Amino acid sequence: MIWFYLISGLFLGWSLGANDASNIFGTAVGTRMIKFRTAAIITTIFVILGSVISGAGATHTLGKLGAVNAIAGSFTVALAAATTVAWMTKLKLPVSSSQAIVGAIIGWNLFTGSPTDINSLTKIISTWIICPLLTAFFSFLLYKITIKILYKINIHILEQDVYNRIGLVLVGAFGAYSLGANNIANVMGVFVPSSPFSSLSFGNFFSINGTQQLFLLGAIAISVGVFTYSYKVMMTVGNDLFKLTPVAALVVVLAESIVLFLFASKSLERWLISHGLPPIPLVPVSSSQAVIGGIIGIVLAKKGRGINYKLLGKISSGWVTTPIIAAIISFVSLFFVQNVFEQKVVQPSNNKDVNVEHQIKINKKVFHIPDKTDIKSKVPDKFRKQKSISSKNRINNQ
Amino acid sequence: MALLFKNTKDLESKIDTYLDLIVKGGFLFKQGVKYYLEEETDEFEKRITSIDKTETDADILRREIETKLYSETLIPESRGDVLGILEACDKVLNLTAETLIQFSVEIPFFLPELKKKYLDLSEASISALEEMVAAVRAYFRDITKVRDHITKVQLYESESDRIAVKIKQKVFRSDISLSQKMHMRYFALHIENIADEAEDLCDRLSIAVIKRYI
Repeated sequence: MIWFYLISGLFLGWSLGANDASNIFGTAVGTRMIKFRTAAIITTIFVILGSVISGAGATHTLGKLGAVNAIAGSFTVALAAATTVAWMTKLKLPVSSSQAIVGAIIGWNLFTGSPTDINSLTKIISTWIICPLLTAFFSFLLYKITIKILYKINIHILEQDVYNRIGLVLVGAFGAYSLGANNIANVMGVFVPSSPFSSLSFGNFFSINGTQQLFLLGAIAISVGVFTYSYKVMMTVGNDLFKLTPVAALVVVLAESIVLFLFASKSLERWLISHGLPPIPLVPVSSSQAVIGGIIGIVLAKKGRGINYKLLGKISSGWVTTPIIAAIISFVSLFFVQNVFEQKVVQPSNNKDVNVEHQIKINKKVFHIPDKTDIKSKVPDKFRKQKSISSKNRINNQ
Repeated sequence: MALLFKNTKDLESKIDTYLDLIVKGGFLFKQGVKYYLEEETDEFEKRITSIDKTETDADILRREIETKLYSETLIPESRGDVLGILEACDKVLNLTAETLIQFSVEIPFFLPELKKKYLDLSEASISALEEMVAAVRAYFRDITKVRDHITKVQLYESESDRIAVKIKQKVFRSDISLSQKMHMRYFALHIENIADEAEDLCDRLSIAVIKRYI
């Protein structure tokens, strides 16, 4: 049965590859600095490496948002997110796979009546605004500095072309590695506890455990998505929205990488804290939004001329509709999976150690029956004799 | 990576050689006109042979450069402009070679008092050509200097126009036959056209410069 459920993860991987490859090589392919085939091959190699070597557990913030605890639920959430991303890819719109997953998880929360962590949701939504703005700022600044430098150094146009291509390939390879490392958990993380693979050893050279094999499968799905369906979204990012020059293309991907690094680097956070500076919150930000923000930065540097505002409007509305559509598809699909196919989409929680006060703070609805010893220590003696008063009412009175 | 840079260096070298051939063509033209006016036929004929060979070599090199630019998809953003600039340079060299060859074909008569003016006219036109080549080199290597060279081309073109007008005025006020007047006017016009073509290329070049970093 696990093989059937894996299909939605693979579909999500395919959708992610088809849509997110544009964030890495869209500007390079759109400006014809790198051929699509070359970009797809580099992405494949580094996505697989990133997934297998550095792919690690679920992204913490997404995990806090909603804990999908049944395999059929995970299957449906992944399928809803994948369908939404695939649909947006068909419309040639670059969207955030993370947004689709957030929407699908909220759909699961709504269907199962599970609490949604408002703090986490607020944090995630705020990054959807801050990320493109920050990338636009970095892109604007970097572009102005780069042009000033290029005017000063006397480098032949053909040599500059070579350096540009090398830069785009290196940044693209790094971006593909990060894509694999950061997103494979979204694609395959929920299937790790039920992985059908066992460890494989190749003599004394190296071994690959079950989780890595699962991630390899997910990475291959991402790569197939890149090869089969990513070209159109690449052209939207690299060409249709704004005619980028090769130098501008490199600046955009550099600005994108800087912002993704800022929001993901634990070492930077430690350094800032150790020097008494405010840390940057570590949340997963969308590379799709970052790359669009980067292009806007270039547009601003060129005084706002030549941008396709109609397409920009379409892309922005795609960011708003993606989580909503994913939530709706998730909700409806869960209904069918639970009631038509009679699969469990949620496991009731038996965790008796849950802190009741913490639950009340997150959400007014309490689903957990508190442990009697916890309540005994808090309830004064005169009330213990009144066995008719329910635990729930006591807590509400407190 | 070393192979990438090696290919780039080869192409840079070819472009430089091509531009050198255009400068050489201009120099041969100047010398050819001088020897024709001084009636040194042997030296003049040598210059005809050299300019013809230079023009053929330049054509071969230009085709190699264009083929390489497109087959290796180099400078995708700018190669359309580069192609146009190289072809415009070829047009200037072709005009230069053809004009000198016409001296050999039509054997024009020049009024003795106007020979110096024709030398000045060829000097001004070829100076415009040389500044044009400098502007094209600057486009490839040092874009900030392009404008200076373009300004000089415009100045030399104006100078060649002025000299050509003076020649034509003196020719049509002289006592020679109308056919000789027309013949002399024709040669003044064609030498002047070299500077005009150089200026046209520079107009195109200034747009290409704007496109690179806007």
